Amino acid sequence: MKTKLLTALLLGTSILGTTGMALAEDVTLNIESWRGDDLTIWKDKLIPAFEAKNPGIKVVFAPSAPTEYDAALGAKLAAGSAGDLITCRPFDKSLELFKKGNLADISSLPGMDNFSPVAKAAWQTDDGKSSFCVPMASVIHGFIYNKDAFDKLGLKVPTTVEEFYAVLDKIKADGTYIPMAMGTKDLWEAATMGYQNIGPNYWKGEEGRAALIKGEQKLTDPQWVEPFKELAKWKPYLGDGFEAQTYPDSQNLFTLGRAAIYPAGSWEIGLFNTQAQFQMGAFPPPVQKAGDTCYISDHTDIGMGLNAASKHPEEAKKFLSWVASPDFATIYANALPGFFSLNSTPVKMEDPLAQEFVSWRGKCKSTIRSTYQILSRGTPNLENETWVESANVINGTDTPEAAAKKLQDGLDSWYKPAK
Amino acid sequence: MSTATRSLPRTIGAHAILITYTVIALFPVILVVMNSFKSRAGIFGAPLTPPTPKTFDLIGYATVFGQGDFFHYFQNSLVVTVASLFFVLLFGAMAAFALSEYRFRGNTLMGLYLALGIMIPIRLGTVAILQLMVASGLVNTLTALILVYTAQGLPLAIFILSEFMKQVSNDLKNAGRIDGLSEYTIFFRLVLPLVRPAMATVAVFTMIPIWNDLWFPLILAPSEETKTVTLGAQLFLGQFVTNWNAILAALSLAILPVLILYVIFSRQLIRGITSGAVK
Amino acid sequence: MDTETMAAETRAKRPIRWHVGVFLAPAVLVYTAFMILPLFGTLQLSLFRNIEQSQVFVGFSNFRTLFGDPNWSVNFWNALRNNVWFFIIHMLVQNPIGILLAALLSSPKLRFTAFYRTAIFVPTILSFVIVGFAWKLILSPIWGVAPHLMDFVGLKSFFTPWLGKEQYALTALSLVSVWQFVGIPMMLIYAALLSIPDEVIEAAECDGVTGMAQFWKIKLPLILPSIGIISILTFVGNFNAFDLIYTAQGALAGPNYSTDILGTFLYRAFFGFQLQVGDPNMGAAIATIMFLIILAGVCVYLFLVQTRLRRYQF
Repeated sequence: MKTKLLTALLLGTSILGTTGMALAEDVTLNIESWRGDDLTIWKDKLIPAFEAKNPGIKVVFAPSAPTEYDAALGAKLAAGSAGDLITCRPFDKSLELFKKGNLADISSLPGMDNFSPVAKAAWQTDDGKSSFCVPMASVIHGFIYNKDAFDKLGLKVPTTVEEFYAVLDKIKADGTYIPMAMGTKDLWEAATMGYQNIGPNYWKGEEGRAALIKGEQKLTDPQWVEPFKELAKWKPYLGDGFEAQTYPDSQNLFTLGRAAIYPAGSWEIGLFNTQAQFQMGAFPPPVQKAGDTCYISDHTDIGMGLNAASKHPEEAKKFLSWVASPDFATIYANALPGFFSLNSTPVKMEDPLAQEFVSWRGKCKSTIRSTYQILSRGTPNLENETWVESANVINGTDTPEAAAKKLQDGLDSWYKPAK
Repeated sequence: MSTATRSLPRTIGAHAILITYTVIALFPVILVVMNSFKSRAGIFGAPLTPPTPKTFDLIGYATVFGQGDFFHYFQNSLVVTVASLFFVLLFGAMAAFALSEYRFRGNTLMGLYLALGIMIPIRLGTVAILQLMVASGLVNTLTALILVYTAQGLPLAIFILSEFMKQVSNDLKNAGRIDGLSEYTIFFRLVLPLVRPAMATVAVFTMIPIWNDLWFPLILAPSEETKTVTLGAQLFLGQFVTNWNAILAALSLAILPVLILYVIFSRQLIRGITSGAVK
Repeated sequence: MDTETMAAETRAKRPIRWHVGVFLAPAVLVYTAFMILPLFGTLQLSLFRNIEQSQVFVGFSNFRTLFGDPNWSVNFWNALRNNVWFFIIHMLVQNPIGILLAALLSSPKLRFTAFYRTAIFVPTILSFVIVGFAWKLILSPIWGVAPHLMDFVGLKSFFTPWLGKEQYALTALSLVSVWQFVGIPMMLIYAALLSIPDEVIEAAECDGVTGMAQFWKIKLPLILPSIGIISILTFVGNFNAFDLIYTAQGALAGPNYSTDILGTFLYRAFFGFQLQVGDPNMGAAIATIMFLIILAGVCVYLFLVQTRLRRYQF
């Protein structure tokens, strides 16, 4: 009731505001974001919670489509019309903005000590001295499966690669379900849900990722080619015409109950919960041999920073401190199951599927996506090329070796690891 | 009037080709609109069948209307489109007349200069345009959009209109001059009515990219008060990527206003074309 | 019919004709301020490089990178090749169909023309968002509209996921674009055909020139200037195309860059994509090259084609 009254009041002031009669002390903060999906959560839960505690500050969540976000934001920052708070992509995209002076240094912001160095790493300068975004959430990769389908076919959740293919074979032989819902049309599914999902088990997570950055390993080394070889084996288990299957197609195939396994990111949980009419479960990327250490991609994905040109830096900092608080973390993680808080204070989550995903943090070693830090700074861009090549490998238009070689050659053309 | 009778088979042939192409043109649109009235299972189960009592569902529309003020967005789009169109047609016709009617030094160069704009995507000038708007305080106003769209529409308008104006009879204009009409009167009273078909064509061509533009509303006027319907629909798509009921409903709603606008214009267009031909 | 005049006029030169300026001024002002200045402000970036956060003049070095560095040149030539194919399909499919439809529509006493005309133009008024989405649905192997329809006519075995196959995707999208834009040549030619005076047609019919012969011998020469316009508009439009590929295939123009055209290539370079940070300098260099290509085409049209076309005044 109270929040309703408050929103009504705020609505009133916003109308008055446009006619130039706003109270002098009312400050409006605009949030730039690509998360259009979260609009209602911000509007109904997060912003009212903040505004209730901070009278006089009004917050507007103004998302643009993910595909246009970076270009639009760049233009607005350059011209000086961007919002006060900027939702941050991880690593170089935001680092670039910081270097240009678009993002303010918030290393000393109250609340930043709520985060571990690993969580902060995605939004720091290479030397780790300055932070420029408050970490909001990470996403974990794995596989979501249709429990009803597994029960019906008497399948057990696979833990090793061998079991994984055995399960896929059985689903295929039965014929009721498409074994795996994934397409290559949008390219990124193949790279993100495929290569980056199963890869860490082969390159041993952080160990391989760090070695790649140092130049001690190459993408043509067996531990980096192996995930491509696995992807190449996925082809027969995908649906008919997977080459033209888009990401929403894949989601719909799975949630309509036509596919049994979905190579996933945890961000799907919220949507799948509302759309799927069956029980779901999740398993981490299968390991090569029983007993191997498992590695998962627990990718720092989203943060929030302060526009250096903001006219209300004090109010904006207040907001950012709140974003860094456990209060925010609890509301956010529960409203968006699958976006896991990076806050050091443990967050209690209700969603069983989200709990399953987050439980892997205890069993497996976490890493982030291999292409994100430093390696995608040049042309050709390693991440984008990984999208293209992962799709090529699954489509069968490139062999795993050829794909790996292309990526390494592209990287070599501009990247000189510090020796 | 000659009474050359068209042979029956030829008429049937013409109709056959036109009907075939009409079906090809309309099929995707009908598919989208039809499926927007169906339940999720109906959309996926039998996309080609019209909604039956069993699959009929308005859930998509309910979702769309629960979100955002589409009526207000629509108003914004209308204001921007109509105002830009007016300026493009007026300024464009004037410039085209000057280029096609008078010989002056640099005529061809001026023509080329005014055509440069269709050769570079205006999107590239985004940052500079935005800076200009920030400096003049026009960010988040519809005026900013109207100015940019007017500039963007002019090259094509001038290009097409000057081509058509060259076909207007010189005798007519010269007769006007002998009667002592000013050049302005000649333009507004004699020439403009004669190029109405071309004006209508240019109007339709100009209207479409303005109505459908996503980029400049996103950059110049993304606020809730100035959002256009295309931008609103796009954000909506981003928010409901997998909710096909909602997407199809939103797309149908986005098609509808342009369709109405077009049908209205199309009457004018054809009236213009035919009245231009009958002299 | 009036005498045919070659634009030359013999009016005496007057000292200053203010009205010429008045006619030109509004268009030139708005256009210069909001289009030309911003655009050239951007294009001149192609001669600079961002070094340590400041723009340093580097001459033609960006162009050398574009053509000399295989990381750029391979993509550039690929995009250009695809773009040429995109254009060829439009010229061979879109414009002939447009002329055919216009010719049929303009035939006297044909009924329902208003309906056909309106219906065929409908795709042109749709936004790329709608077109991209609708065709992705139709061609989607999951949704089954296209396979189902092809099954209907017994061609199901010919169905493949076109948009996902390197060898077909570009052609498929070109045809979608043709579907969308065929209304434009149709309308322009239709307007041109209608403005042919009845007397001309009647005279032809008196001479026994009817039907196909009438179209080829009488009407076609009269609408040549309009065909010139649609050709050059198609050329300019195709080499500036971007939105359809972007909405249907994304900025990476998959699969394996097989649908990459200059517009998408430019977008990635200029604005960046995903982890790729935008590089306005290289972007401006690409835009400059695109501009020169289009300018060359337009100049060919303006100076070689247009001046030779015979124009008829009615």
